[in-house]
Amino acid sequence: MNLFADPRWSEALGHLPDYLGNHVRVSVTALALGLAVSLPLAIAARNRRALRGALLGLASIVQTVPGLALLALFYPLLLALAAVSLSWFGFGFSAFGFLPAVLALALYSMLPVLRNTITGLQGVDAAILEAAQGVGMTPRQSLFTVELPLALPVMMAGIRTAAVWVIGTATLSTPIGQTSLGNYIFAGLQTQNWVFVLFGCLSAAVLALTVDQLLALIESGLRHRSRVRAMLGGAGIAMLVAATLVPTMTRSQTSYVIGAKTFAEQYVLSALMAQRLRAAGLSASSREGLGSNVIFGALAANDIDFYVDYSGTLWANQFQRSDIRPRQEVLDELKTMLAKQNITLLGELGFENAYALVMPRKRAEQLGIRSITDLAPHAAGMSMAADYEFFSRPEWAGLKKAYGLSFRAQRQMQPDFMYAAAASGEVDVIAGYTSDGLIAKYDLVVLADPRHAIPPYDAMVLLAPRRAGDAALRAALQPLLGKIDIAAMREANLRAAGNDATSSPDAVARWLWEKIGTK
Amino acid sequence: MPASSLISYAHVGKTFDGGRGANRVVAVDDVSLDVAEGEFLAIVGGSGSGKTTLLRLANRLIDADEGHVTVEGEDVRNVDPIGLRRRIGYVFQSGGLFPHLSVAGNIGITPKLLGWPADEIAARVDELVDLVRLDRAQHRDRLPHELSGGQRQRVGVARALAAKPRIVLMDEPFGALDPLTRDALGDDYRELHRRLGLTTVMITHDMTEAILLADRIAIMRGGRLLAQGTPAELSDSSDAYVGELLRTPRRQAERLGALLPRDGAA
Repeated sequence: MNLFADPRWSEALGHLPDYLGNHVRVSVTALALGLAVSLPLAIAARNRRALRGALLGLASIVQTVPGLALLALFYPLLLALAAVSLSWFGFGFSAFGFLPAVLALALYSMLPVLRNTITGLQGVDAAILEAAQGVGMTPRQSLFTVELPLALPVMMAGIRTAAVWVIGTATLSTPIGQTSLGNYIFAGLQTQNWVFVLFGCLSAAVLALTVDQLLALIESGLRHRSRVRAMLGGAGIAMLVAATLVPTMTRSQTSYVIGAKTFAEQYVLSALMAQRLRAAGLSASSREGLGSNVIFGALAANDIDFYVDYSGTLWANQFQRSDIRPRQEVLDELKTMLAKQNITLLGELGFENAYALVMPRKRAEQLGIRSITDLAPHAAGMSMAADYEFFSRPEWAGLKKAYGLSFRAQRQMQPDFMYAAAASGEVDVIAGYTSDGLIAKYDLVVLADPRHAIPPYDAMVLLAPRRAGDAALRAALQPLLGKIDIAAMREANLRAAGNDATSSPDAVARWLWEKIGTK
Repeated sequence: MPASSLISYAHVGKTFDGGRGANRVVAVDDVSLDVAEGEFLAIVGGSGSGKTTLLRLANRLIDADEGHVTVEGEDVRNVDPIGLRRRIGYVFQSGGLFPHLSVAGNIGITPKLLGWPADEIAARVDELVDLVRLDRAQHRDRLPHELSGGQRQRVGVARALAAKPRIVLMDEPFGALDPLTRDALGDDYRELHRRLGLTTVMITHDMTEAILLADRIAIMRGGRLLAQGTPAELSDSSDAYVGELLRTPRRQAERLGALLPRDGAA
């Protein structure tokens, strides 16, 4: 079988102009900003020991912050700044995507530029500096005609390092809403689409190497005073930037932006909604792989137009509620709270993606367990596994209280492995997700929760404030509301977890539409 | 101060703060010295004698703590140091050429800083390349590292002369060269000095070189000016150190005279 015959390669290629264009744009802007800040700072600090130490120290500390965390931190920071700016000066700005990514990456680029510029300038022979003074140069003339040209090779090495770092780290800007080559990687990891992961890594590496080599050409041109080489390198960079910007520029500006979180179900649903919009003659693009906290803020700020969230998540995370209420009360109250932020709750899709206690069907039948009430007397002799946060969430406290549950042992596990562990009998019960396709695959059963200890997690479509009165959008999404039942979603998720051509979010979304559309 | 003196030091002192806790160093201690127009003065002394500091006080690479330094009749403290340096030629110890600039770029640097038109600079560079006996076609566009030590120092001299200064300061200009090159370059410079009517102050630790090139010699030791005068005047000095300095060239000359046949037929 030919590896490259896989249709996912061509699908990946289709995304390339968009992802690459955005990646180049954010990297180049960040690098330019980083240089504009670092170079003057390095020049100012070269003869000031205290400032030099402070700068290099700060830059080193920034470097130790993991890239993903640095990017994530800029989002709430800018969100707060935007709010302040709106209330003080009457204008806000988007704290989503481009701006936080540029700022964080620029900060990331500073260390190699600062360090190499300072080192390069300090490495200029004292006798040469004396000569510059002796022939009658001002300090400024000495800097520009002697010191900087002599330090240039070392400085360029720093700039090249910074460029490679920025291009690599920019793949992490996907979760804060900046489209980049990281979209391949994040989507690929979540949907086990290794073609996408590989494609994302390769294209980022090729981009980094290309830019590095073009900068090397400029450097050698400057070093050997070859104008041709320097201009070739410069032209190469300019062409790269231009080539990647053109498709982005010509794209329609009026398209709807669909948000998606970082797991497979979200990719499938966003693909499904995009297909519905296109079918209705609307253009749609998606911002995928967004963090749970980022996505809601982005919707409230009109940075994305709509997405699917879950009632329980909004209840507990966005509105900080720890009380467990019946489904209808939660929905009603959410609607009111969302309306206060001008967000429209368009409607439920028809399935829930909730936490649930899950065990193998055969074992449950043997023991006559159908609900958590039936499970409670057996729990003392059983072990249980859940994801990393479950045991510290209000749902678990509620469950223990409502049913008097107490297990022999509790384990934390990577969600992907929990279901297999339950199926193999390694653990007896797991806290699974109700819409997960693996429940069906491993022949597991979801235990009923008659006391309603776990809040409802209805999947629901939320619209951004500026789309509240958009009739065309409502009409396009209407056919999905209430149509996706738990069985359909589970099967879709199971398909998306596969590792072949039919498991791409787009393909699964088409399958899902066929299934619910014919009902 | 005599009316004809172009550079004049009057009770000049300079102390260097050795930095964190180090001892203060008195580099120049109450020195008074006049350099007449057209004169070739050599300042001779060992390392740490203060001779380089004394030279640099003249173009304000270093500022004096005490006393007055006068150049062309003006106290240098009242003169803009940048302008002062542009009108005084300075030849550095090992050339001090800018490694990223060609020979022409190095020679033309001060005229360029002074804002001369490009064609005038080019003409001046050609003139100077000839003057210091380099080859236009061969050397003009070379980078310094492609030249020999002697050629580099010729470029250094040409650079110092580029903006047509009346005064040239030289910091051990020929110290690092082999004896033949050194001799040729010294003679060539002496000739330029005469022909262009320059006033030259040259630092050297080599008394023989000083005697052969200079009109007058000033001897420094421990920051103080020990003696000054023509070689003949100095040989009458009663100072022990001066005597010691003069003994070496004299003895060398006698031995050379004895060893080498007069007619040079060897």
